[in-house]
Parts: sequence; structure tokens; C-alpha cells
Amino acid sequence: MNNTILIVLGMAVVTYIPRMLPMVLMQKLRLQPYIKRFLSFIPFAALGALIFPEILYSTESIPSSLVGAFLAVLVALFSKNLILIVLSGIFGSFLYQLLFL
Amino acid sequence: MKKSFFIQGIKQGLPIALGYIPIAIAFGILTASEGLSYLTGMLMSLTVFAGASQFVAVNLMSLGAASGEIILTTFILNFRHFLMSASLSQRLEESTPKLSRSILSFGITDETFSLASVTNLDDNKKLSFSFLLGLMLVSFTAWNAGTWVGLFMGNILPDILQNSMGIALYVMFIGLLVPALKSSIPIAVVALTAMLAHSAITFVPWIPSFSTGWNIILSTMVGAFLGTILFPKEDLHE
Repeated sequence: MNNTILIVLGMAVVTYIPRMLPMVLMQKLRLQPYIKRFLSFIPFAALGALIFPEILYSTESIPSSLVGAFLAVLVALFSKNLILIVLSGIFGSFLYQLLFL
Repeated sequence: MKKSFFIQGIKQGLPIALGYIPIAIAFGILTASEGLSYLTGMLMSLTVFAGASQFVAVNLMSLGAASGEIILTTFILNFRHFLMSASLSQRLEESTPKLSRSILSFGITDETFSLASVTNLDDNKKLSFSFLLGLMLVSFTAWNAGTWVGLFMGNILPDILQNSMGIALYVMFIGLLVPALKSSIPIAVVALTAMLAHSAITFVPWIPSFSTGWNIILSTMVGAFLGTILFPKEDLHE
């Protein structure tokens, strides 16, 4: 087999194992309340860490990212419709690039 | 398997699919332009299914990096899913069998994890296998379809649109976070702490910075840890 294919399969294995172990092994575990609490905060901490600062570099320029992000926050304050929020973010950064670049 | 939950999962996953397509197209284009085979690109999206690490791997391959280095880098970059898997394991219906759990594990990404985690949070309902399967399947399909388009058709989107669509997944994260921020002070503190921690690691020169994967793991743990200490008792949604 081609070496590149073997590398890809290696990548697949090392990516899958950390995804799988906790999901399968922590099913029956009796966890301390503070550990449960820690785990319940993980999604929101992860969202924070995933959004910022990387959103700044997600489009052509920082200003165009900021305009998109700002518009998305504004829409998200009034609506929970994710598609609408995503489209408004794209639209904001698109409009900035159209006008200023 | 409950069909209605499965369909609900597919519907809820559509924003992820929308965000994945342009990134996957970019991935396919990069793979082809670096002279790697179509099979490499297709197989990677089929078996790895983790965006950032796929881009890094293609770059390393084109530079002729050693196999071990590419695989180790992938492991480090994707290890954050371990934390997400641990968190999600507590939200899944307890009766879900191990085989079903090991299937769902494959579909854990930053996006499917975040979206699943904020689902049914208010009434504290557990997540079903069918719902998660639908959510992950639509995301996985979009990721692979985008890869194929990028590989075989190249840039079908105008540059300016492709550029602006880079923000899609980030603003989706905003859409997931904002309602939670409004409903709960502990959640707001935790999320803002993680943002600050990640910014500090990124921008403050004397704070050590690691690879992106570890920076995200560290900032996430700092945020969740502070929340656990500051708010030991209160309900998440008060």
C-alpha cells in the first residue's frame, strides 16, 4: 500500500481513539458532583475558546471579520435561528469586502 | 432508532453543513494543488473527519514531512475531542449501548459537540442516539461532499464569497453561545474566562503558547475549572 494512504489511516486511528474512549468508558462511572459540574461547563468554555481570538482571522481581514461577527451577535441577541445568524455573519463580512477592498 | 429524533438531528445539523461546505471545498482545492492524489483527500475526509488537522496534514505531506511527525501532529491537534467526548458522555441517554456510543464517537467535532451540548439543556433532557446520528451524519456528508467538489471541480465559489464564508462556523458558535450567556451568569463567566485565557495565551508574549489544539484545551479547562470553583452549587440555568 502507498505510504500516504498508511499515514491517513494512522491519522484516522489517533483521531478516533481520544474521541471514543471517554464516550464508551465513562458510561457507568459514578462521578463526583464537582467533576460532573466541570464536565457540564466544558461546552461553554470550549465555545468561548473556539470563538476568540480565532474569529478575527477567519476572513480576508480583521475588519471584515469584526463586521461579520458584530452583525451575527446583533442577530443572535434577537433570534435563535442558527442559519439566519450564520448567513448574517457571512453577509456582514461579504459586504465589508465588497465595499472596502 | 426513532425516526423523528433522527430527522430533528438532520435539521439541527444544517447550519454545520452550511459552514462545512466552503471549508471542505478549500480543503479539496488545497489537496489537489499540492499534488496529492484524489484518493488521499477523499480518504482523509472519510476516515479522519477533523478539519484543521486535515489542512495541517496536507501541508506537512507536501513538505515531505516524516509519517510519524504527521501522525503525532494530528494526534496533538485532535486531542481536544477527548475533553468533548468526556462531557458528551454525560449527556447521552444512559441506556445507549457501547456499540452505538463507539459509532457516535467518530462524529464528535468542535461543531457537532457544541451544537449537541446546547440542545435540550433547559429541560435537562438526555440526548438520544438517533438525534446525534442525524446531526453527525448531515455534517459528515457535507464535509465529504465539499471535499469532492474541491478536489474535482476546484473553486466553484467566487473568491469574495469563499473568503466571507470562512466566518460561518465561528458565527454559528456565537449563535450557540449568546442564548446561554443571556440565561446564566455562571455560563457567561465560564465562556468569557475561556476567551480571555485563549487571548492571553495567543497575544501575551511571556505566557507560553503551544499548538492551537493545546491552547484550546488549556483555555477550555481554565474556564470550566474557574466555573466549578466559583459556582459549586447553583443550577446552570438560574
